[in-house]
Amino acid sequence: MALNTQPNLERPDDFYEALIDMHRDLDDVQSQSANAQLILLLANHIGDHATLLEAMRYAHEGAADTSPRGGEAHPLAA
Amino acid sequence: MSTNYQTLSFEYKPCREQSERGGADQAAYPVIVVGAGPVGLATAIDLAQQGVPVVLVDDDCSLSAGSRAICFSKRSLDIFDRLGCGQRMVDKGISWNVGKVFLKDELVYTFNLQPEAGHNRPAFINLQQYYVEGFLLERAQEMPNIEIRWKSKVVGVAQNGAPAARDAGVTLTIDTPDGPYDLRGRYVVAADGSRSPIRNLLGLDSKGVTFKDRFLIADVKMEADFPTERWFWFDPPFHPNQSVLLHRQPDNVWRIDFQLGWDADPVLEKTPERVIPRVRALLGPDAKFELEWVSVYTFSCLRMERFRHGNVLFAGDSAHGVSPFGARGANSGVQDAENLAWKLAMVLEGKAPDTLLDTYASEREFAADENIRNSTRSTDFITPKSPVSRVFRDAVLKLSRHHPFARQLTNSGRLSVPAVLRDSPLNTADSDSFEGAMVPGASCVDAPVQQEGQPAWLLQQLGQQFTGVLFRGEQGIDHATQAALDALQASPIPLKLVVVTSGNAKAASSTGVQIVHDAEGLASARYDAKPGTFYLIRPDQHVCARWRQVDVNAVAHALKRALCVEGTA
Repeated sequence: MALNTQPNLERPDDFYEALIDMHRDLDDVQSQSANAQLILLLANHIGDHATLLEAMRYAHEGAADTSPRGGEAHPLAA
Repeated sequence: MSTNYQTLSFEYKPCREQSERGGADQAAYPVIVVGAGPVGLATAIDLAQQGVPVVLVDDDCSLSAGSRAICFSKRSLDIFDRLGCGQRMVDKGISWNVGKVFLKDELVYTFNLQPEAGHNRPAFINLQQYYVEGFLLERAQEMPNIEIRWKSKVVGVAQNGAPAARDAGVTLTIDTPDGPYDLRGRYVVAADGSRSPIRNLLGLDSKGVTFKDRFLIADVKMEADFPTERWFWFDPPFHPNQSVLLHRQPDNVWRIDFQLGWDADPVLEKTPERVIPRVRALLGPDAKFELEWVSVYTFSCLRMERFRHGNVLFAGDSAHGVSPFGARGANSGVQDAENLAWKLAMVLEGKAPDTLLDTYASEREFAADENIRNSTRSTDFITPKSPVSRVFRDAVLKLSRHHPFARQLTNSGRLSVPAVLRDSPLNTADSDSFEGAMVPGASCVDAPVQQEGQPAWLLQQLGQQFTGVLFRGEQGIDHATQAALDALQASPIPLKLVVVTSGNAKAASSTGVQIVHDAEGLASARYDAKPGTFYLIRPDQHVCARWRQVDVNAVAHALKRALCVEGTA
């Protein structure tokens, strides 16, 4: 099972709002905990190891990558 | 009056090499074992049982100082059974199967390491290391072909001759109260502990990760009614933000292991003024107890790159080290011993080439990697290395209170099980179809059987030498099978034969064949056996090959392969 990165959310804007809302009334430490718990819950739901590894790879690349997307600087970048 | 193994002391005696004319003329010993800990003693006994004379040297003259390793696994007990001292260990030890994990004061996870019946030995016993060493030593002392030399410290190592050549050997310089002498052996087993002098003398090292955390072991003597289970707390109210482990040992001794953190002062934390309040916090203000043994420790997960260097073979802590969570130190060392002993015996008897010993190294390096991997994972959970690792650890613990899936991530130690040597070059791959866990490379599981109408255990029949196990079912043995068994018994590598009957089969006696009856059907089930199924078992009770029908040529080929005899790769 490959990771699905095509649009798949039933209600994308509602989901995003709920995700941000989840952190309401939480301090930074609690927010970190909530994020971690959310990842663990979703990972268990997915279950498939290869899919999880693929998602982790994209997440890591996304965080570590500081070069501009597509190798070209944005026209407005200084 | 029972023996106090903690205070026993053994006498140094000068040996023949030290006499004026002994020395240089003395022929090389087949095997010198260095270190009379659990691993060295087990190696010596196993070799002696195989008929190989052993000189065992130790730099000290007493048993383990303090309880140290206390958890001995089912596999170790199975090995001790074969070495003739398993029952003493179990009689004295505290048997347990169940572990519980608490978050604060709430139970979040229970595991049972042996959920099924029909095994002679429990998943674990707890037994102080000095008893284990004491019982092994008394077994070794019964054997006329083991010579033990106390206060004999290795201060020099020289390898002689071309590696793998018949005249290759090792000369050890042994220092004693009467001064040094040279001791020559064809092979040396270095079971000389985590700070291995032999490793240092050869300029070798053991590499890995040292964890930045300190732990306090307080072994206390008290009357208490905690159940005989392994209890592990994360962040308990009596020791906030750290972990605590509680374990029962014989003689009303309890092991309490407190996580202290990296900043703790190891000298200060060992003082009774610091230890007693920590214990009281757990047991309550009125608890009556005495401190039996206190130790503050750090630990590393590391191993030597290779366990064989010329004719020196490293076993136990000298070769590899793990954290204590998981009881994978002493237990894996005992498995090293049993893997090595039969191979040395076969090489020394000329039944296998020296290259068989390379597979000791490769099989046990593989097992060490598995132990280190499990141990490192447990340690990363118990002692998170980074803030984000801590966040996830705590998230798992919080989720585990309400969500079953998170309990399987809760890692307070993954307890020692034998490695499955799946990729060993000594295995013959299945050509027939089999289900279940008894794949080539697995250590044999036990099952209840009957022998001459009396209750017995399958594992008692296996190992020590190569063993063939024929599951006969209810039918008799046909002529072809009988002819095959006769031929195997006459083969140059003597094969012990065990026939397992089941159903209403009448056990007809047959010369040279042990017959056991699988009354409960568990042996057949655990080995996925049908009538005619034949297993070839190594002397260390590992599955080597199996077939649905015994074939003399296939068995002979598998046997040669298991001995690294040329032309079988």
